[in-house]
Amino acid sequence: MQRLFVIAALLSAACAAQGASPTTSTQPANTYQVAVTMFKFQPAKLQIPAGATVTWTNHDEEPHTVTSAGDGFKSSPALDTGDHYSAVFTRPGTYAYYCSVHPQMTGTIVVR
Amino acid sequence: MKDDRDDMQPDRRRFLECMAWAGAGTLWLMHGGVAHAGALLKDATAQNATFGFVQISDSHIGFHKAPNPDPVASLRQSIALVNAQPKRPDFVVHTGDLSHLSKPEQFDTVAELLKEARTGQVFYIPGEHDVIGDDGKAFFARFGGGVDGNGWYSFDHHGVHFVALVNVRHLQGAGLGFLGPDQLAWLKQDLAGLSASTPIVVFAHMPMWSLYPAWGWGTQDSAQALSLLKRFGSVTVLNGHIHQIQQKIEGNVTFHTARSTAYPQPAPGVGPAPGPLQDLPAGKLHEYIGVRDVRHVRGSGTLAITEHTLV
Repeated sequence: MQRLFVIAALLSAACAAQGASPTTSTQPANTYQVAVTMFKFQPAKLQIPAGATVTWTNHDEEPHTVTSAGDGFKSSPALDTGDHYSAVFTRPGTYAYYCSVHPQMTGTIVVR
Repeated sequence: MKDDRDDMQPDRRRFLECMAWAGAGTLWLMHGGVAHAGALLKDATAQNATFGFVQISDSHIGFHKAPNPDPVASLRQSIALVNAQPKRPDFVVHTGDLSHLSKPEQFDTVAELLKEARTGQVFYIPGEHDVIGDDGKAFFARFGGGVDGNGWYSFDHHGVHFVALVNVRHLQGAGLGFLGPDQLAWLKQDLAGLSASTPIVVFAHMPMWSLYPAWGWGTQDSAQALSLLKRFGSVTVLNGHIHQIQQKIEGNVTFHTARSTAYPQPAPGVGPAPGPLQDLPAGKLHEYIGVRDVRHVRGSGTLAITEHTLV
């Protein structure tokens, strides 16, 4: 029974990654990771070059979101445990975001 | 929790601080804003009730991990418990977090399961898990948009005025609930024509008092709503969100948080963060989840509140 749940979680993570951005797997060198752990985005502030992809992964039991503060990029749907979400940042600028379920969780992407 | 509290000194401050887990089958009677607990079946007040309704909360359909990999089954059991009550409840209210992830199929599952409840009507309000990603659009389309599509509404039933509030949009601070100026303006208008003797029952997902703000267990602008309710002789506020029973009395307002039908959460501040209480002793889950039965007796100013666990 336990194994079934593990497989289901992996499948849902795979689906989420596929749905979010196809560039994640083809350009791993240009992808930056943000962990969502213990109600925090880690790192909370991330600098990336223009054109890079950011992939968030939720490691918490609680669902979280990556919600753009000001529509700077497309916000995520609810991310369950193990789900990924990716966004490509093409234009230089500062992109603030938060979790809509837990708004004390905030992060920033700085695109150079 | 001891059942017989008739000899309890009316030390309101102490009672306010008494935030404890309540056991199964505790009957809460409210007389002039002070709660007394008694045994359910022996109490004539419950048996003579003019009507009753059931509160279901936090079914979290879509959750699939410890301590409850099957919240569909536990919601189904909760509904069976409702259907086994000797008196059919006039309605059921679901006080939010129907879904875990705001997915359409999760909303559909809840609606389908609640069709099996033997009751007149089912009322819904959203939890923060029901408005993820779309600010509640899918929820309101599915379960009704209330006043102006914003989700809040009120209705009258056998002389009791029921108010359903939405405090899970635009969360503040550490995830605190928020009513907003539009809803507060509506509430003021909604209550304006009522006499102070009208019993009021308020539904909201998040606690309407500062239960544990560091975990977002409260509502930022609840004081403004409560100031509008202050003049009424009997106000009962029923909410969910924290997956455990807590009570508080403030003047004539009594607050009750409900159990979840899916899983319990830790007591306020116990552990690093809120979330599913995973390390329950084997086979004990059903002692921590369940539904709430509320019975009203006309003219007595009394609501009898009974908690049922799934065992």
